[in-house]
Amino acid sequence: MTEQAARTKRSLLPWPVLRQLADGDILGRGRSVRSRKTDEVEPRTATADRVARSVCPYCAVGCGQNVFVKDDKVVQIEGDPDSPVNRGRLCPKGSASKNLVTSELRQTTVKYRRPYGTEWEELDLHTAMDMVADRVVRTRRDSWQDFDEHDRKVRRTMGIASLGGATLDNEENYLIKKLFTAMGAIQIENQARI
Amino acid sequence: MIGRNSLYGPLDPAPDAGYAAPPPRKGFFTDTSVCIGCKACEVACKEWNDVPENLFEMLGTSYDNSHSLNANQWRHVAFIERPGTAPVPDRPAVDLGMPTVGAAPSDVPDEAKPDFQWLMSSDVCKHCTHAACLDVCPTGSLFRSEFGTVVVQDDICNGCGYCVAACPYGVIDRRQGPEGDPKVGIAQKCTLCYDRLTDNQRPACAQACPTESILYGDVEELRERANERVAALHEQGVMDARLYGNDPEDGVGGTGAFFLLLDEPEVYGLPPDPVVTTKDLPMMFKRAGMAGTAMLVGAALSFLRRPR
Amino acid sequence: MAEAHPVGFQWVVEAKKRGARIIHVDPRFTRTSALAHQHVPIRVGSDIAFLGGIINYVLENELDFRDYVVNYTNAATIVSEDFQDTDDLDGLFSGFDPETRTYDPTSWQYASEDDGGEQHRSQASTSGDHVEHRDTAAGMQHESHGHTASAHPPRDETLQHPRCVFQVLKRHYARYTPEVVEQVCGVSPEDFLAVCRAWTENSGRERTTALVYSVGWTQHSVGVQYIRAGAILQLLLGNMGRPGGGIMALRGHASIQGSTDIPTLFNILPGYLPMPNAASHQTLTDWIDSVRNPGAKGFWANAGAYGVNLLKAYWGDAATPDNDFCFDYMPRITGDHGTYRTVLDMIDGKVKGYFLLGQNPAVGSAHGRAQRLGMANLDWLVVRDLFAIESATFWKDAPEIETGEIVTEECATEVFLFPAASHVEKEGTFTQTQRMLQWREKAVEPPGDATSELWFFYHLGRMVRERLADSSDERDRPVLDLAWDYPLHGDPEQVAAGWGEPSAEAVLKEINGFEVATGRPLSSFTEMKDDGSTLGGCWIYTGVYADGVNQAARRKSRHEQSPVAPEWGWAWPLNRRILYNRASADPEGRPWSERKAYVWWDPEKGEAGEWVGDDVPDFEKTKPPSYRAPEGSDGVAAIEGIDPFIMQGDGKGALYVPQGLVDGPMPTHYEPVESPFRNLLHGQQANPTRKEYRRADNPLNPVPEDGRPDVFPFVFTTSRLTEHHTAGGMSRYLEHLAELQPEMFVEVSPQLAAERGLEHMGWCHVITARSAIEGRVMVTERLRPLRVEGRTVHQVWMPYHWGQGGLVSGDSANDLFGISLDPNVLIQESKVGTCDVQPGRRPTGRALRDYVEGYATRSGAVDEVSTPIVTASSDAVRRSQEAQDEGKDQHAPHQVEDQ
Repeated sequence: MTEQAARTKRSLLPWPVLRQLADGDILGRGRSVRSRKTDEVEPRTATADRVARSVCPYCAVGCGQNVFVKDDKVVQIEGDPDSPVNRGRLCPKGSASKNLVTSELRQTTVKYRRPYGTEWEELDLHTAMDMVADRVVRTRRDSWQDFDEHDRKVRRTMGIASLGGATLDNEENYLIKKLFTAMGAIQIENQARI
Repeated sequence: MIGRNSLYGPLDPAPDAGYAAPPPRKGFFTDTSVCIGCKACEVACKEWNDVPENLFEMLGTSYDNSHSLNANQWRHVAFIERPGTAPVPDRPAVDLGMPTVGAAPSDVPDEAKPDFQWLMSSDVCKHCTHAACLDVCPTGSLFRSEFGTVVVQDDICNGCGYCVAACPYGVIDRRQGPEGDPKVGIAQKCTLCYDRLTDNQRPACAQACPTESILYGDVEELRERANERVAALHEQGVMDARLYGNDPEDGVGGTGAFFLLLDEPEVYGLPPDPVVTTKDLPMMFKRAGMAGTAMLVGAALSFLRRPR
Repeated sequence: MAEAHPVGFQWVVEAKKRGARIIHVDPRFTRTSALAHQHVPIRVGSDIAFLGGIINYVLENELDFRDYVVNYTNAATIVSEDFQDTDDLDGLFSGFDPETRTYDPTSWQYASEDDGGEQHRSQASTSGDHVEHRDTAAGMQHESHGHTASAHPPRDETLQHPRCVFQVLKRHYARYTPEVVEQVCGVSPEDFLAVCRAWTENSGRERTTALVYSVGWTQHSVGVQYIRAGAILQLLLGNMGRPGGGIMALRGHASIQGSTDIPTLFNILPGYLPMPNAASHQTLTDWIDSVRNPGAKGFWANAGAYGVNLLKAYWGDAATPDNDFCFDYMPRITGDHGTYRTVLDMIDGKVKGYFLLGQNPAVGSAHGRAQRLGMANLDWLVVRDLFAIESATFWKDAPEIETGEIVTEECATEVFLFPAASHVEKEGTFTQTQRMLQWREKAVEPPGDATSELWFFYHLGRMVRERLADSSDERDRPVLDLAWDYPLHGDPEQVAAGWGEPSAEAVLKEINGFEVATGRPLSSFTEMKDDGSTLGGCWIYTGVYADGVNQAARRKSRHEQSPVAPEWGWAWPLNRRILYNRASADPEGRPWSERKAYVWWDPEKGEAGEWVGDDVPDFEKTKPPSYRAPEGSDGVAAIEGIDPFIMQGDGKGALYVPQGLVDGPMPTHYEPVESPFRNLLHGQQANPTRKEYRRADNPLNPVPEDGRPDVFPFVFTTSRLTEHHTAGGMSRYLEHLAELQPEMFVEVSPQLAAERGLEHMGWCHVITARSAIEGRVMVTERLRPLRVEGRTVHQVWMPYHWGQGGLVSGDSANDLFGISLDPNVLIQESKVGTCDVQPGRRPTGRALRDYVEGYATRSGAVDEVSTPIVTASSDAVRRSQEAQDEGKDQHAPHQVEDQ
């Protein structure tokens, strides 16, 4: 306990009245009424196991975020004071980042809607991956074009399209474009066109 | 130690609350002239303090959908749309069913349109120098911290609600819901992020505020900065700039959280002349004490006079 | 800026505290206006008239920064005598072909030394087919590649030659007087001149002005020309390449810059290399030369190395000099394959499978109904998101379920909704709006079965390759030969089972590039070789992994370095924080002023002088200001000591663009596609080259004709609220954001409210030819009617964040827009349209469609004949066409139905 803490923390005397008198807090509004919990309070930012240095996922200003983790759970996300971009500050959306990543509404399993289905069904992740891979291979085969209507070589599929990337990482966009290009899918777009 | 001003309160509250050598008093200076109404303070506060949602209802009071400070809303940004100070030509007003907060809309021809203003201000618990909530709390749940702030101890509060009636600003409130929240029934309000302060961190709202509208620091220093800011604004011709809550002579002994406003406090929904509701307690105690003493003396005398 | 980028706005507030004057030009009074000294309301869609007025003010009053303009821009360059301007041709430029509605830019070219005309064609030749140019958004490449002017066009440095760019510009904008600005924009001459004075007085040697824009500029049928107008002003005033100056796109998604640099876009490859085109890129050499522009100045001359390194990064060992590095493996584009074309193709049953990756087009794209009808007509749809967004649930709760246009039991689309990892559950880089890459550390594991896109696409690729492993079909070689071997890490059990997380850092190293033999990461794109000995996935990102260090992960505190903060993250190219910063020094290499010193020439440094300063010089380090190019040089050697714009074909900032833009060499005012007004300046009403899809499911509100009732009399626009994010997928599902703006609303002025009987907080609905949506009425003086062309126009504003999902729901404003696109980049006009507003709620069920179709019929929107696109006089069209190059027969076939 630091000297400062020793001066501020609750007195050890048992009776409130004694505490009030001994602490000089005669009216019982300060030091003498502190609970043990109050004395022991520590901010989550101080008790975190680790801090990950991150970047806000909303707009493109690129505000630095510190992500505080305790027991493998995110316990706080706030602006990184070291960042020359935001100097520790965040807007309401950036400030809601913990709400975003810890929301109970987040999807955590694969949901599947079969053709003509009226409700979602649950799907195992690896089964879902198999099903998507099958469909990609099939659609690519069925919609393959070696030449266009003017007999120019195009070697592509017009059956598969994709939209999205502006909220993803560069590394992810790189793999997405690389894979789709190799598979001959060209209708690959993202928010930058919108 | 119990002096004339003790219940009314001292001007530096922490030493009086039993802290021998407390750190300088901490507080907020909210400069509404640079508030952009982004509500980062509202969100950062809720995220840090686990404050649940307030209401999902559009209120129509400009962009304010948080309504007011309450148990589920420890920061509240007010939005006031009002015509500027330019003269408005005499035209019959049209009732458009606009909200009563702020000024009514005018039906002014375009060419004569006055400067329009959109005022925004982030309100918060004032952490009064003379805090009535603290005075009336029977359980010691509310306490004065070493930083001079006023904080609820959730583990002690029994939900009696005396503090709710005592607050001259209508800040403190018992949590009504949502169902299942562990603090339903408990008095809740801004703690000035007491836990963060113990680790030399800034309160969550001040840390987030993009434009430094919410400044956190030593109250003494903030008051100086506030005075300088008002002077600077006056120099720039913003004559409406004024401080609210910075005066130790006011009815609550000055507040730990004070404001620079661009209009009368009422425009922002703030009481113009707040007075600590326990102001008359010492006098009442004194009178009650005198009466009690007189009674005791009388009783004693009656014993003395009793013939043997 | 305060509304959508509040944290960026802190710098504006700080400037204000230091005495800066803030002027905000916006159709509506926003949170930004609240802190500005002056708010200038403007009619939506009239920005070129406004900016053109300022350009005219600068030129008329000779307020340009002359030393900068003469040396660093193309002001002195002489334009071909064949060029004819909009003043002469009723709003068209010379070279217009009314059949294809495209320009042949031959007449726009610079004059050649002998003015013999030959060079015009050679300059223009690489633009190839002009329809294709538009359909493939080739302007997007040219924007970064620069135009292909010859390196040494004739110049008149006195700026007096009648055909020099400076004089052409002056004539072009002479009509943009304060009176015209008032008539077109609804801005008073006093307000307008206040803006002119503030901008010009705050530019020059001692001061610079920054220009900031967002999608309020890009989402227009003339969006590129809006930004061009801003660029012309900033060049004239000497604000480019200098501290405190520039043009900044405040972009709206965490890595939207990154997703353009390393594109998930149909027409470009990493580093702005073009997607090979079936018409003009048959061979590797064709493809490289189309970028390299032999004969032009600048760093694109090394395009061969950039292209080969990309191919080598894609196909690794299989890519050899003998097989042109597998260039033939590349699929070819043949026209418009943009997202809107694709959605219409879905409606037409041509597209079978669709991936949505953190994107919610059911709410976020224009013409929401078309988006949803398209998705309802797929074989399969994969949605990857944090929440069950509208684009995943359309089959049960789209608005079209209510109208009967989508019937759940009859909708065949198979939908997979994969839970995605959030930004704290994976590592990788975002590129923010100023081209800075910042690496994010992984904080925690994703919950449940949530995965990163890196994981999803790596394993999808692996599984597709496994399925094709035995194939002998030639079409499968590109997949099987793909370099797809990334180290896996994470949970050891998952790794052992083959389901590990691919290493993002390994991918970043491939993006950066390395020596194939040694694996040594490259430090600069200048180290890239075109012989296959190096590979690199995105040449402009080379250096992000220099010395084997993840430079994007650098986090040196701002307190421990200069305000430029070069050791925080990493900016492309080569960690330069301000592009073209050679322009921050005068022609002799000295700072323009001490106050604005940034990068300058130090003759004492190194062997014979070096560029030094606060930033990495965007110039060859040892090339002195006095360097002049030898006769006949091109590429990097042709860049002279006074050519700061090193990626441009002539090294100069372009006041006039002889090539690369589909719709003209200079911005000129056109009305929005939907407008209640006639174009005051010329007969040509709207952008004549815009991309339109004329079909029954995409009706556009016509410009009212005399004698026809104006059923869509109001102008509307949309934008973001601070409290929400785009289509709401990251805000409407969060308690702490949803409660802040819980309902869809429509902002109207008190005057419009009185005119239409709208009650504050009551319901109203907004109608266009596409849809009708409802919201609560917000009567506010933040919107005010404007006087335009002598009559009052009401503007209506709406946020566009709502859909049927989330904690708070409502109608989606994007349902109101149709699809018409800027011809340069194929971005839709979704910041302006016309509408009607009525009190009360909209009809529901089938009645909604009847109601909307009734409006469309009454307006004439369904009658295509009544809404011609080319409205310039027939005489002007004829004269413009006569100036067209005779090389029309070279044009490749094009898709006529798209026009």
